[in-house]
Amino acid sequence: MQAWLDNIKGEFDLNFIQGSRWKFLVTGLGNTLLITLMALAIGLVLGMIIAAVRSTYDKTVDNARPSVGRRILGFVNGACKVYLTVLRGTPVVVQLMIFAFVIFASARNMLMVAGLAFGLNSAAYVAEIIRGGIMSIDNGQFEAGRSLGFNYLQTMWYVVLPQVAKNVLPALMNEFIALLKETSVAGYVAVMDLTKAGDTIRGRTYSPFMPLIAVALIYLALVMFMTWVVGKVERRLRSSDH
Amino acid sequence: MTTDVLIRVDNLSKQFGGGAINALNGVSAEIRRGEVVVVIGPSGSGKSTFLRCLNLLELPTGGTITFEGTDITDPKVNINRHRQKMGMVFQHFNLFPNMTVLKNMTVAPVRLGKKSRADAEKQAMELLERVGLADRAGAYPNQLSGGQKQRVAIVRALCMDPDVMLFDEPTSALDPEMVGEVLEVMKRLAHQGMTMVVVTHEMGFAREVGDRVIFMDGGTIVEQGSPDEIFNHPNHPRLQDFLRKVL
Repeated sequence: MQAWLDNIKGEFDLNFIQGSRWKFLVTGLGNTLLITLMALAIGLVLGMIIAAVRSTYDKTVDNARPSVGRRILGFVNGACKVYLTVLRGTPVVVQLMIFAFVIFASARNMLMVAGLAFGLNSAAYVAEIIRGGIMSIDNGQFEAGRSLGFNYLQTMWYVVLPQVAKNVLPALMNEFIALLKETSVAGYVAVMDLTKAGDTIRGRTYSPFMPLIAVALIYLALVMFMTWVVGKVERRLRSSDH
Repeated sequence: MTTDVLIRVDNLSKQFGGGAINALNGVSAEIRRGEVVVVIGPSGSGKSTFLRCLNLLELPTGGTITFEGTDITDPKVNINRHRQKMGMVFQHFNLFPNMTVLKNMTVAPVRLGKKSRADAEKQAMELLERVGLADRAGAYPNQLSGGQKQRVAIVRALCMDPDVMLFDEPTSALDPEMVGEVLEVMKRLAHQGMTMVVVTHEMGFAREVGDRVIFMDGGTIVEQGSPDEIFNHPNHPRLQDFLRKVL
């Protein structure tokens, strides 16, 4: 028993204390959070724009006059569809490497590149979540808004989107939890994220157990925290359901 | 009742599915100010499509609609401005479920800059008082019965001070015992001189409240006239057949 404890203590000392190796984990965690937050912001903004284009097109396709604006919307809608197909149809690691080694091959800040790549990827998923939320709102809500004199955007803003927000918030937060874990492949493009940090310690100490378990526990703690927040938000939304 | 024309419909046609379905085939009609026009007819006769074309919720395929002297089918016309003057009541109420009754009623006049919040709320409370729902102002739509919802939907439309009210089968989704309370509100509205176009299956209402009854079938107006003419002296065999079945 004593020997086992000593062994654990020694391992801990080797992996985290000696050479201040715990600092790798701190740096990695910071970078993971930074990439996730960047991706989250990009994903939300771009995702909302794509969802707006796609749902506007779908909602008005049967009841609109042919016009130039209509044709432009049709074109942008087509472009959005291609975007969604490509970004959701290829692995995020491959997209990340294409960004890092092809498109931004001369970039020095790989952290930014990774944030951008994950953000553009996440946008595709966010767009479909929000679009699904908009399309799930009964068309009668839309007609009621228009019949009162609201234009399309006002109807969206005052009537439809508040209901959409309530419906899609849990799904969006689950997307962000998935995003956090997905960023663990950032090490492919030489970004020192949390996973890469654990792996770096392992490479120095030749002792895989402690650093990898530590990394797993940190992810788990983050995800459990976010899941707890989602649960709280869901309960609050339900309690305001009248 | 004055004689000036509020809505003039000329040769209105509407096709769905790229011409596969002809919902309206050249309908012409006039709605005069202060008049209560009741549109009756079998399902699929085009009566709801006709009503929904009046405020362009359905975009007509052909023909014109002139509202208060403006051709609102002209693409250059800002339809939102004119819709503010055309209240609409739907079969399925379409109240906003995330807003209280009071908010349902005030959101449009306040956000569209028509009234201050205080004025809008004052008017909304007066209207709720009149339909016996003042104590439900803070309730959410899901806490109301069907009849209450539809009464709120009617006063919500009235909050925009419309010149005409369009009713699209306002009692068809209601339990039978709640039909009366909604018809009662509509009757009072008619007596106050509101111009109304009502699509309904309530023949009693058409007979009692309607100034004019339009019978539609197959996307056209088959016959129109006073309730007495339509219900007691129907000419067209299709109208006679329809009345035999529903009365």
